Amino acid sequence: MDTSASVKSTDSLQGDERNSERNKIIETVKLTKSFGGHTAVSDVSLSIFDKELKSIIGPNGAGKTTFFNLLSGQMKPTSGEIFYKGNEIQNLPPHKRTKLGIGRSFQITNVFPTLTVLENVRLAVQAKHNIHYSMFRHYKYYKHLEEEAYQSLEKVKLEPKAEHLASSLAHGEKRKLEIAILLSLDTQLLLLDEPTAGMSVDEVPQIIEVIESIRDQRDRTIILIEHKIDLVKHLSDTIAVLFHGKKLADGSPEEIMNNDQVQSAYLGGLYNDAED
Amino acid sequence: MNIKKMYSKSEAVAGGGTSGAGTETPKGNRAGTSKPMKNPFQSMTWQKAAWIISLLILFAVPILVSKNSTLFMLTNIFIWAVFAMSYNLLLGYTGIISFGHAMFFGIGAYCFALMARHIPQGELGFLFAFGLTVVICFLLSLVVGLLSLRLRDTFYALITLAVATIFVIIAEQWRTMTMGNDGFNFTAMLSRDLFGFIDLLDRQHVYYIALIFLVSMFVVLKRFIDSPVGRTLQAIRDNEDRVSSLGFAVLNYKLISNIIAGVMAGLAGVVYAISIRFVSPDSVLGVENTIDVLLMTVIGGVGTMLGPIIGAGVVEVSSHYLMGLSHIHPIFERWVILFGIVFILIILFFPAGIVGTINQKLRGKKKEGAS
Ligand SMILES: Nc1ncnc2c1ncn2[C@@H]1O[C@H](COP(=O)(O)OP(=O)(O)OP(=O)(O)O)[C@@H](O)[C@H]1O
Ligand SMILES: [Mg+2]
Repeated sequence: MDTSASVKSTDSLQGDERNSERNKIIETVKLTKSFGGHTAVSDVSLSIFDKELKSIIGPNGAGKTTFFNLLSGQMKPTSGEIFYKGNEIQNLPPHKRTKLGIGRSFQITNVFPTLTVLENVRLAVQAKHNIHYSMFRHYKYYKHLEEEAYQSLEKVKLEPKAEHLASSLAHGEKRKLEIAILLSLDTQLLLLDEPTAGMSVDEVPQIIEVIESIRDQRDRTIILIEHKIDLVKHLSDTIAVLFHGKKLADGSPEEIMNNDQVQSAYLGGLYNDAED
Repeated sequence: MNIKKMYSKSEAVAGGGTSGAGTETPKGNRAGTSKPMKNPFQSMTWQKAAWIISLLILFAVPILVSKNSTLFMLTNIFIWAVFAMSYNLLLGYTGIISFGHAMFFGIGAYCFALMARHIPQGELGFLFAFGLTVVICFLLSLVVGLLSLRLRDTFYALITLAVATIFVIIAEQWRTMTMGNDGFNFTAMLSRDLFGFIDLLDRQHVYYIALIFLVSMFVVLKRFIDSPVGRTLQAIRDNEDRVSSLGFAVLNYKLISNIIAGVMAGLAGVVYAISIRFVSPDSVLGVENTIDVLLMTVIGGVGTMLGPIIGAGVVEVSSHYLMGLSHIHPIFERWVILFGIVFILIILFFPAGIVGTINQKLRGKKKEGAS
């Protein structure tokens, strides 16, 4: 493999040019999260630029999901700061961060099992439209909510199951529902935690297509956690590597693929895993 | 686009499926086959007819039945049904367990009883009792909710139990006001021509008060459950953390639920006092009352609209007859123990309760018919 790290990319979004032109949408400063004695995220300072697609890779247990939990507010950092559009947000509860424009999907499927698929998504649309304390109107009064929810389901090809209970879905379908919920929130920043994990071979391309089309519109920012390296290479503008909770590298796909440290610490082994 | 067409088709089906019972039933397979649904349970007219007939029967009961004891029992079933419905809002639709819900019921009952005793003019005391109950229950549920709902759910259960116990102690100790443990009867103080046409000593009149109360509370609750807030509560019941990650301030929703449940239980307490004409800490405030509505809700069907009503009927009627058997064996006087056993059996074998199980059966049939 070519190990020279100085290969210049031809992509217009790469390199120094991007850093100077684009604003940071979210930035972490020395972000740390410890569970008892174990530090899952350690001193991570990372900037994500507006409208880019950044992937975060790293072996199992590297702290990727924990990093997301810190960004979206499910967990409070032990130390360090998070800035979203220049404002400190590490002390805000999850719902306020979502309102600011940080939406996420979960690695472990996290839907509403006793509600229908459509209702799962409709709630996200309801949240997006700020219909919060309406108590005396029937929910069907807000017709456009269901229509929008339906459109999100179509994007992930789940509309045939709209009226099924979420608990009755197959695993891959639940993963799609997870994504449909996130899409419905219509946030500026999308955090996708292994969106294609557990999907069947014919479902994966559908989801990749969805992610690609969002990226190609270039009107929002995506942070993607993903193990499938080919996919990451193909989709990402930049890639950050976490290893034992620390940021090991951060750069363009070429830089990362050719980084010796990354190679020895992670990629070599992972490629072998991914082959089977 | 055919999406629109499919959408409007499902609307019709969904309309039929939106029955009083069970709000979370899936309404058939939208994109599945387009066979017309022949199941009579899904037709709107069948449902409407069933509702109208049931209501007509209930309104005709006092004309057909002259026995006061029967009217009395039905009246109490209606009232306990509202109390259980309010409990179901917490347990079945929001997913929080309260061990102190009887405090609201008791407060309502004591408000009415004390007004009857101290304010001689019927109308004024009557309206004042309702108003005071609403205000107290609103504030109390707000404060209790703020204290406990931001913490773990178990904490809410414990706080409600603790606060409810405080109210029992107050009712027991403040003898000059409440006559302590003995409670007091206020039959003699009840107005016989309230607003010129209500005789509170006439069982028929009280029956109608309770029935109208039940129907109106049912309509209000159904409306609330189907509102965007109600739908959000049901999502909180399923997965609270995910609701907050959608951007909803979960605490506020739980507070709303807690307040509506509290006020509704308080109003039920007022009507209960009108019906039984007697209050004591045990009969309206004690934790046994909370256990009773918990039983009614679980037996009837948690998270269904009709469940608590059916549950209230089953518990009231069977406890009445079981107590009647106490001359055969003293165990029947302890009918709560028997209910404990029934309760465990239901949780083991019919976790969805009576109405919930029926809904599942209907849903199963519907699925079969569609495929
Ligand atoms: N709530 C928690 N309590 C204690 N330890 C935790 C908790 N969440 C994560 N950890 C630990 O933190 C480390 C990082 O976990 P994390 O889930 O962030 O890894 P990951 O990079 O997402 O891994 P994967 O690729 O398997 O999803 C692991 O060692 C994990 O056991
Ligand atoms: Mg993870």
